[in-house]
Amino acid sequence: MSTVRALVGTRKGAFLLTADGARRQWRVDGPHFAGWQVFHVKGSPADPDRLYAAQHGDWFGQVVQRSDDGGRTWNAVGNEFKYEGEAGTHQWYDGTPHPWEFARVWHLEPDPTDPDTVYAGVEDAALFRSTDGGRSWQELSALRRHPTGPSWQPGAGGLCLHTVLLDPRGSGRIYTAISAAGVFRSDDGGGTWRPVNRGLQSSGIPDADAAVGHCVHRLAMHPARPDVLFMQKHWDVMRSDDAGESWREISGNLPSDFGFPIEVHPAEPETIYVVPIKSDAEHYPPDGRLRVYRSRTGGGEWEALTNGLPQEHCYVNVLRDAMAVDTLDACGIYFGTTGGQVYVSPDAGDTWACIVRDLPPVLSIEVQTLS
Amino acid sequence: MIRVMLPAPLCTLARAGREVRLEIAGRATQRAVLDALEAGYPMLRGTIRDHATRRRRPFLRFFACGQDLSHDPPDAPLPAAVATGVEPFLIVGALAGG
Repeated sequence: MSTVRALVGTRKGAFLLTADGARRQWRVDGPHFAGWQVFHVKGSPADPDRLYAAQHGDWFGQVVQRSDDGGRTWNAVGNEFKYEGEAGTHQWYDGTPHPWEFARVWHLEPDPTDPDTVYAGVEDAALFRSTDGGRSWQELSALRRHPTGPSWQPGAGGLCLHTVLLDPRGSGRIYTAISAAGVFRSDDGGGTWRPVNRGLQSSGIPDADAAVGHCVHRLAMHPARPDVLFMQKHWDVMRSDDAGESWREISGNLPSDFGFPIEVHPAEPETIYVVPIKSDAEHYPPDGRLRVYRSRTGGGEWEALTNGLPQEHCYVNVLRDAMAVDTLDACGIYFGTTGGQVYVSPDAGDTWACIVRDLPPVLSIEVQTLS
Repeated sequence: MIRVMLPAPLCTLARAGREVRLEIAGRATQRAVLDALEAGYPMLRGTIRDHATRRRRPFLRFFACGQDLSHDPPDAPLPAAVATGVEPFLIVGALAGG
């Protein structure tokens, strides 16, 4: 019988949640790296026992951990993220130049075919790659050196590169998303980059449809249709059908189009999920009701999914990396909250149950479907 | 022999006890102690000093013999009691919650 393993990063450690395919009874293992912020944990698609974890603390900085046995044991690997050449400056919140400084790893994206190759999206925004299992990291510096780089500015969470999507066709195409710069695409494995933000509108910048400066919160892609992208932006839920060349809004009837995560159903490329949040100033669900919204039409028309979720007095947030799907026939949807709850729906969103209720604030979730 | 007291999170990371004992050839300085510590426990590289600048991370302090040595030059000699192992060299996290 299949097993699922959820890899949960929290503000005070990592937790591994495992269950059989029914996803009713869960084993909770952790905290790993207790007391540290774990921004992200992700497994290699090529070797599910190979896990990478981004561990950070304000006192001791960045640590990257690697497990080769599915999370039973861990070893610290390389933690030197050195910008290539002169780091230069980006815009600070007040518009003045600010030196590029490494702060932390937000997201780790293992290569689909090589367990030793893994990408790291970091703050201040840059993309690094390791080809030796995390022992050493090299910057793909053309992204940071893009001519628009000096104009990039941080979002509230920092100038973070938080999303890395690798084209599953092995074409060398990579998408990254940076708050608050926007989406950048490489078609040559990271050698060159260009912004792909046409169609985005952001009211918080001088030129609402500028080439860069958009606070993209998250991107999602279905592996069977890698040219179709979905985006949760600071405000607006967006869609591209041409690999990011153009975007159109699909917010439709959502109660709020502000939010952080967005996910795609693994078997239905036109079924997508978001968690609306009231506003950029009020990071909690509208009306105190925690609702996942599902669109079966690729956006535009949305239905609220509430069965099993708190429908009163709920004021948690769901962060950008804190939603995931499994690939079982009856698709599982997962998300974690800043209140420490991890919810699962074993039926594609129709019903929900709480796996754990009292973890530290959840920063990220990834789910592995194991045979 | 020099005794170094680590903060608890670094003990866990290094899989070491609270006190680590190091042998140092030559003069005992902050730089020599930290170089020896990182050589013996490579997973601590970057967690006490910045990789590039080698400067102390801002939320850490260095104490010994009832003194704050955090702002001493890295090549200044440590107190004789530290150099001879009578007193430990303390690496301390700032008293900030979280």
